[in-house]
Amino acid sequence: MIKGHQTWFFESKPVIIGSAAVGGPFEAQGALAKDFDLLHDDLWLGQDSYEKAEKKLMEQACETAIKKAGLKKEDIQFFMSGDLINQIISSSFTARTLGIPYLGLYGACSSSMEGLALASLLVDSKFAQNALAATSSHNAAAEKQYRYPTEYGAQKPPYAQWTVTGAGAAVVAQQGEGPRVIAATIGRVVDMGLSDPFNMGAAMAPAAVDTIEAHFRDTGIDVSQYDLIATGDLGRVGHQIAGDLLKKHGIDIPKEKFTDCGILIYRDDQPVFAGGSGCACAATTTYGHFISRMKRGELKRILVIATGALLSPMSYQQKETIPCIAHAVSIEM
Amino acid sequence: MSNKKRKNLTPTQQQYQDFAKAREPKIPILRNCIRAFLLGGIICTIGQGLNWFFMTYFNFDEKTAGNPTVAVLIFLSVLFTSLGFYDHIAQWGGAGTAVPVTGFANTISSAALEHKSEGFVLGVGGNMFKIAGPVIVYGVFSAFVVAIISVTIKWLGGM
Repeated sequence: MIKGHQTWFFESKPVIIGSAAVGGPFEAQGALAKDFDLLHDDLWLGQDSYEKAEKKLMEQACETAIKKAGLKKEDIQFFMSGDLINQIISSSFTARTLGIPYLGLYGACSSSMEGLALASLLVDSKFAQNALAATSSHNAAAEKQYRYPTEYGAQKPPYAQWTVTGAGAAVVAQQGEGPRVIAATIGRVVDMGLSDPFNMGAAMAPAAVDTIEAHFRDTGIDVSQYDLIATGDLGRVGHQIAGDLLKKHGIDIPKEKFTDCGILIYRDDQPVFAGGSGCACAATTTYGHFISRMKRGELKRILVIATGALLSPMSYQQKETIPCIAHAVSIEM
Repeated sequence: MSNKKRKNLTPTQQQYQDFAKAREPKIPILRNCIRAFLLGGIICTIGQGLNWFFMTYFNFDEKTAGNPTVAVLIFLSVLFTSLGFYDHIAQWGGAGTAVPVTGFANTISSAALEHKSEGFVLGVGGNMFKIAGPVIVYGVFSAFVVAIISVTIKWLGGM
């Protein structure tokens, strides 16, 4: 059911019956390592290219999520997924392996919540008994495509971010045990004219703020009803900007409740500049860390706002600015 | 940001960019300059040492010793790139590692390594000069322009 301008309320409250987070070597050393289902110490995952390694990450996340849901892959009715590699090959090739009816998505790093929102919509509208939503990113594959070769010696500015190597997947179903998806706010594309591809946090912060404002306006939920409000991958710089911008717009989220997956995922002493980024940043933190905390009873209701920068290496070279988007999903235990 | 770029922005965008700028960490330019000076200086000192070595122990003079010196530096740079720590040195040293010949060797070897997964012809061959290519193109072109200017001045009896 639509509420307000851009928010879906899921009356049946679809259940996340299984979720999984898979990570790479840098994530294994990170702050949330214990909440991952599977961690790899090899950036290549035994494959002969980074792209194949990313596909492997996504396949493992999907298989683990399906297994944790107590299902077989034949039981899953729809699969929706997105990633950062050109023509979303990690997703499509995973769909090839799984053989589940598939819808490919592209929302850059907002793909995790875009997928979860759409899977919940399918399930809530009774067009599916269950659906699988997934996303992935790979540090070296993303660097190769968006920036320079991984071993190239370019000095990065302090506001740059570190793409998470990993994948996250969730099985959403009409019935079962687990956290429930109650609402989703679909974001608008916001472009504040920033064009520095190293400064994603500052570019994406206004999109996150726009979606957060829309969510509270449409749902009428008060900030105090959430135990945690987490942005996807704004990093330290973007998160600070988003917090200040929200205050300016009259939404004051207490510091202890307002966090960012890109800040949480790594330890402070890891050389990740302003924090984590990439599709897997919000996906692994939500499907691994947040859902574990919800199951342990530490969190009752959370809002995850996955942020995405919708640029391409070509649009940046053609001097286009960076359009950004954010999708918010509200989950409760 | 340049004024021309700024003119295309709406007042809201300009206002936001100022708002964001105030919250971004500044690039530590002075620190980067000092580090670049130190690391660039160290690389050049090593080069000078090699130069002296080839002149003293081998049959090279001041003019020809440059060739084996550059070859050794390129070899070291490619070795460090392949072992995966040249980029870490570069993050610390910035322009100090980029400006000497080691930086140039790194651009080519890193691109070649990166695209090996697409095969030796289309991958390595096609992408090796992805970053170094523009340097060669404009290096040769500016040398051409400078040569034309120099010849013209000489022709006019200037030198």
